[in-house]
Amino acid sequence: MLSYIARRLLGVIPVMLVVGIFVFSLLHLAPGDPAAIIAGDNATEANVARIRASLGLDRPLLEQFGSWGWATLRGDLGVSMFSNIAVTKLVEQRIGPTVSLALTTMLVAISVAITLGILAAWKAGSLLDRAVMALAVTGFSVPVFVVGYILVYFFALQWHWLPVQGYVPLSEGLWPWLRHLVLPSIALGMAYVALIARITRASMLEVLAEDYIRTASAKGVATLPMLLRHALKNAAVPIVTVIGIGVALLMSGVVITESVFNIPGVGRLVVDAISRRDYPIIQGVMVIFAAVYVIINLAIDILYSFIDPRIRYS
Amino acid sequence: MANSGTAEFIRRHPTIVAGAALLTLIALAAIFAPLIAGDPLVFEPINRLRGPSNTFWLGTDSLGRDVYARMVYGARISLLVGLSVAFIAVLSGSLVGLLAGYFEKVDAVVMRLMDGIMAIPSILLAIALVALLGASVKVVIIAIAIPEIPRVTRLVRAVVLTVRGLPFVEAARSNGTRIAKLLRRHILPSTIAPLIVQATYICASAILTEAGLSFLGAGTPPEFPTWGNMIASSRLYLQIAPWTIFAPGICLALVVLAVNLLGDGLRDRLDPRIARRM
Repeated sequence: MLSYIARRLLGVIPVMLVVGIFVFSLLHLAPGDPAAIIAGDNATEANVARIRASLGLDRPLLEQFGSWGWATLRGDLGVSMFSNIAVTKLVEQRIGPTVSLALTTMLVAISVAITLGILAAWKAGSLLDRAVMALAVTGFSVPVFVVGYILVYFFALQWHWLPVQGYVPLSEGLWPWLRHLVLPSIALGMAYVALIARITRASMLEVLAEDYIRTASAKGVATLPMLLRHALKNAAVPIVTVIGIGVALLMSGVVITESVFNIPGVGRLVVDAISRRDYPIIQGVMVIFAAVYVIINLAIDILYSFIDPRIRYS
Repeated sequence: MANSGTAEFIRRHPTIVAGAALLTLIALAAIFAPLIAGDPLVFEPINRLRGPSNTFWLGTDSLGRDVYARMVYGARISLLVGLSVAFIAVLSGSLVGLLAGYFEKVDAVVMRLMDGIMAIPSILLAIALVALLGASVKVVIIAIAIPEIPRVTRLVRAVVLTVRGLPFVEAARSNGTRIAKLLRRHILPSTIAPLIVQATYICASAILTEAGLSFLGAGTPPEFPTWGNMIASSRLYLQIAPWTIFAPGICLALVVLAVNLLGDGLRDRLDPRIARRM
């Protein structure tokens, strides 16, 4: 067990190293002087020099990577070119809305998707099954912002049930917080639900065809315990894996959802940074998102090895 | 005879037929855009935010531009990006996957590299590349293709790992077939079916990412009409002119739906086993 965890932990190092090299070298991939690119088209000579010095671009490449990597490891993601505020500080100010949105979406999406997937597999070929599969294909096909605007148009602008946009922190009450998250979560969760419902159905179908399931139902095990305890538990590996991989999908979606609903989160921070070419922000958020993705997947792997011993020994 | 064969194909593979038909229609509209739509760039401020009418089938946007014309021309960027990204990602991804699957030393390094790329959210990677290299169709295509490569690499590698131990590959190897020929003639063919399926999914995901980038203002230059930037530039007028957002939005959903349906159909027909696991 311990050696499995240690092995998985060590596996994080090369992945994050690749992420680091990638994020770092992006700036140097661009043709010409990176400092001039960041400064923009009508920058003064002094401005370019200031940027070059502040990013350390006048030093050898390996040394730059070393000091950037070391600083990043210690949690120093540099300073915004535009506002001169530390990137970590800016992210800290914006993390609340993003975490709220991502967590509510994940919770709701996973429970809805697994339920739908189980029902579809249980009644395979039925109208319900076809409806779930149709929903899944649609969920994959309609972009986050289109779902978002359709929801806003009907639920906010036409019927006035929910707010059009914005975010209210949890400290101002559970209901106002939740009200502002309903539409963004649905828009963001569509593709995630589709992904998980599909894999749940496929994985359950495979397990439900096994002999021991037939034995269980022949023995007279009731439907619900049969589906959950006998089938779902054994169908869980691919489902849990896809939940982890889907986090990447969710993260890309968060950036767009925050723009649609005007939520002042980390996604908006990046989008605002694009037009200002505020490179340290883009770089920093990329590293943070990648780290979160890696940690979530690591946690899922380790958690799962507790439940299913077959994982540890394979 | 031929007729009953066609009918049989439609009955057995409704999703392939529906997807292909819808895509053909949209592709034709994109190719013959100048014949079926007016000028997407001309703006008449006097006609701004008009509802759908005989002159403007889908109304006009906030600058008085013809939404229908922009929608038809917008198909060009979406299809161009979708197809190019699928082509580039499949080509480079399968080359890397072949090598990784066959040579164990390459495998360790390449798969760590792919894990790293997969950890970076694709839209952020694309945003960063576009912000740095400047907004052009070429940059957008490359920026979207890079995060798609790991999917192809993993797929091809998995196929190679299964195939390389099979007797016919062993036989070819013991006959002294050179490695390049072995990979090309004996291993590559097994990857074709799952790759075709994967290419359609990549195409769908690329169209979505391009639209997302345009929507965020990090896509192709704003003068090109794209479905993403049409929606972005009309977002303030959702209440008074919903057609400016719903028209390109529905197009986008339909194209991606068509590609996904085609992909699902092809998967069931060509490769029911491997592709589902990816």
